Amino acid sequence: MNFRRFFLISVPYVWLLILFLIPFGIVLKISLSDTALAIPPYTPTLDLAGGWTSIKEFFSQLDFENFAFLTTDDLYWKSYLSSLKIAFLATFLCLLVGFPIAYGMANAPDEWRPTLMMLVILPFWTSFLIRVYAWMGILSQEGLLNQFLIWLGVIGEPLTILNTNVAVYIGIVYTYCPFMILPIYSTLEKLDGSLLEAGEDLGCSRTTAFWLITVPLSKSGIIAGCFLVFIPALGEFVIPTLLGGSGTLMIGKVLFEEFFSNRDWPVASAVAIVLLLILIIPIVLYQRNEQKMMEAEQ
Amino acid sequence: MNQPAVSSTFEPWTDPQETPLISFKSVTKKFGTFTAINDVTLDIYRQEFFALLGPSGCGKTTLMRMLGGFETPTEGVITIDGKDMANIPPNKRAVNMMFQSYALFPHLTVRENVAFGLKRDNMPKAQIEERVEEMLNLVQLQNFSQRKPHQISGGQRQRVALARSLAKAPKLLLLDEPLGALDKKLRQDTQFELMDIQEKTGTTFVIVTHDQEEAMTVASRIAVMDHGELIQVETPGRIYESPNSVYVADFIGDVNLIEGNTKPRGDGKTELFWAEGQAPLVAECPHAPDVEARCTFAIRPEKVNISKERPDTQINVVQGKIHDIAYLGNISTYKVELPNGTMVKAQTANNRRLARRDLTWDDDVWLSWTETAGIVLDQ
Amino acid sequence: MRRLTWFNTTSLTLGFAFLYLPMVILIIYSFNESRLVTVWGGFSTKWYGELMKNEAFLDAAVVTLKVAFASSIAATVLGTMAAYVLVRGGRFFGRTLFSGMIYAPLVMPEVITGLSLLLLFISIGLDRGIITIVLAHTTFSMCYVSVVVSSRLVSFDRSVEEAALDLGCTPFDAFRSVTLPIIAPAVISGWLLALTLSLDDLVISSFVAGPSSTTLPIKIFSSVRLGVSPEINALSTILIGLVTIGTISASLASKRAVKKRQQEEQMAEQAA
Repeated sequence: MNFRRFFLISVPYVWLLILFLIPFGIVLKISLSDTALAIPPYTPTLDLAGGWTSIKEFFSQLDFENFAFLTTDDLYWKSYLSSLKIAFLATFLCLLVGFPIAYGMANAPDEWRPTLMMLVILPFWTSFLIRVYAWMGILSQEGLLNQFLIWLGVIGEPLTILNTNVAVYIGIVYTYCPFMILPIYSTLEKLDGSLLEAGEDLGCSRTTAFWLITVPLSKSGIIAGCFLVFIPALGEFVIPTLLGGSGTLMIGKVLFEEFFSNRDWPVASAVAIVLLLILIIPIVLYQRNEQKMMEAEQ
Repeated sequence: MNQPAVSSTFEPWTDPQETPLISFKSVTKKFGTFTAINDVTLDIYRQEFFALLGPSGCGKTTLMRMLGGFETPTEGVITIDGKDMANIPPNKRAVNMMFQSYALFPHLTVRENVAFGLKRDNMPKAQIEERVEEMLNLVQLQNFSQRKPHQISGGQRQRVALARSLAKAPKLLLLDEPLGALDKKLRQDTQFELMDIQEKTGTTFVIVTHDQEEAMTVASRIAVMDHGELIQVETPGRIYESPNSVYVADFIGDVNLIEGNTKPRGDGKTELFWAEGQAPLVAECPHAPDVEARCTFAIRPEKVNISKERPDTQINVVQGKIHDIAYLGNISTYKVELPNGTMVKAQTANNRRLARRDLTWDDDVWLSWTETAGIVLDQ
Repeated sequence: MRRLTWFNTTSLTLGFAFLYLPMVILIIYSFNESRLVTVWGGFSTKWYGELMKNEAFLDAAVVTLKVAFASSIAATVLGTMAAYVLVRGGRFFGRTLFSGMIYAPLVMPEVITGLSLLLLFISIGLDRGIITIVLAHTTFSMCYVSVVVSSRLVSFDRSVEEAALDLGCTPFDAFRSVTLPIIAPAVISGWLLALTLSLDDLVISSFVAGPSSTTLPIKIFSSVRLGVSPEINALSTILIGLVTIGTISASLASKRAVKKRQQEEQMAEQAA
């Protein structure tokens, strides 16, 4: 029995150590290395055959040069800032779009709700890439949106939307909306309708009851939804690449290009480490919120 | 129907020759800093129907789970049939448990549920069939053997759980709030059924319950627990009539508690001075302290007489005013306020169809009781 | 009271239009005769024919399916083990690290996961190909499986397992004959999730795939970078169709099962 327990624990444990933790250690190590014209394109490489002295030498060659480089070249810090800005704004837009949908779902007749729920989940099972791609045909210069707006007479000349930040916002809001809707819906669904009736009974108007009762009680769902959108949006690669333009700076895209186009592995690794450090704050906040939600349920 | 409570022959705990089936010796169980069981020593005998009774969180379930092997004592020894149970896992114990939630396997039919434990013992197939049939007959579920747990009613599920835990003919059956999920009427019927089955199979039953009526009905002995300690272990009759503490008196049934200072009279009777200018109450109570002390006098409402005229006796007579009346059909309870503000409940049986109309709110009435009706409890 | 007010109806209509219109348009234009993807040139299924002739896409589809099956099965086994360890494993050395490693990949940006795995494969000298993609996909999808399975493990009545032990099962027996059948639906949905994640993954695959192991998302991505094409529209339509059929039939089946169960429960209570 003890052998079985050991086996049960060690298999997934060792798997994750080798394929999650060690790779992460390698990224950290390479971020402290120097770029070199070699294969692999960095130095030093650890040579364990050399014993203690080579290990010492190895560590002495590591430095924070790449991190210093990130601060001197404005491409990087501008990308971080612009990623943060895009992720923040997109999260806010997602909330504006997602909350009414979640609210509408929670107030829909009982027999509709499973269907509505399925309709929100369905896009999640559909390829992310295809959902982003779908907007390319709509947003392009001669795309359907421009055709429609010209037909309406709102604009005379087609607008340039594709390959701008606007397209990136649309893409993020569209693809991550279900992540905002679902947690908000689940808190709104649990909301006891008699609370609102009590509020109205005690003299609230419908609108004040909404602000004083519904919104505070769905707070944890709103927070969860915001983090679920913000965290992946920050490191997004596909959306800025397909919908954004050359002016769209997002760190996921920069990292990808640094690695594949410039083959600068140490700098790419340093970019990754800094991105993770930035993400730790929202992740910790998100976990606290989850814990609070769990405690509230008990 | 055999009522163990009134049985005078079955009292193995009074026989020093008898060896107990289960014994707890100074058992303590701690969860972190919380002490769930505090130094419990207890013997339970073969064929007993033993009830652990107490409010939720008193440790009764923990005590039972230690018998099942789901918890291990922090200190002390538990033996079953003379064998130390430390380090014996649940699957190696001749003990079975009926869970509060029934814990039926949702993916198996009623028959497969009952056969589950037998299959683990590698019993021959024909024998398993026979035993399962026997068990299903015992709980009258022959016609439901192919159903899944969700296809039968709550009461039937309870019986499947019972049949499943009895199938392996354990030495000891543990029942964790077995009737808690049933409605009141079904619960009462099932209590008698449980007693019947216990008698038929001769198995020792240990039941955990927070329902004192249930414990009184089914058990041969009751252990009243509080905060991880045993307060009193006695037959239902003695628990009710001679509780050893205010806690037990108050927990089991309805009781009037009157505080006062006692003074032993020397003739086996005790006087209790309870209010200024009132005659002392007199109680004939062997357990009363033999020195002057602060005590509580406890008397059950049904032992208090209520009348409009002053009764002939001189002892234990007090006057009061009816404050409230609760008509419960079979009985009526009168809440009477004594001159010093104490409330005393008196109960009368409504043995005639028309309720006694001569007593009503704010009437001045006399309450009285005999010297042996109440007891004096140390504080 | 649940009621459909004017506001709710509007927000639901607009919201679902926003979620579904782009995909509907994509599907409609996949049947467009014209190569110009924004001009309607009449109904045609010719792009589906073209797609079937495109061997690069077919090869990529085969690679994707192989990877998805292998990685989803491995992820389901590992994820279920991990979930069991997390929920029932009690205390062991490095438990916090273990649960951290389970949850971290869920929030880790894909570019970082991809980058770190690639650097690992290079440093141990493993050639990039189907194997590396399977390893990478298994690693991140096992975490999703484990979250799905552990939420089921947490919610089910622990005493059912205790009852199995009580009736003579060893812990392993109890897992096999009681726990596993009960959590099976969660294990299956975990597997479906792992399958979908693997079929969809672009970023991590891009890092760890070799030249001979192009997956369908990589192929689609490199082709749409150049712009919208009617063949991709056709391919997308097929994929959307498959997912829709799968999701709708699964939800109908589960709805029917729930209904049947409720009816049976009601009948049982009424009969009693």
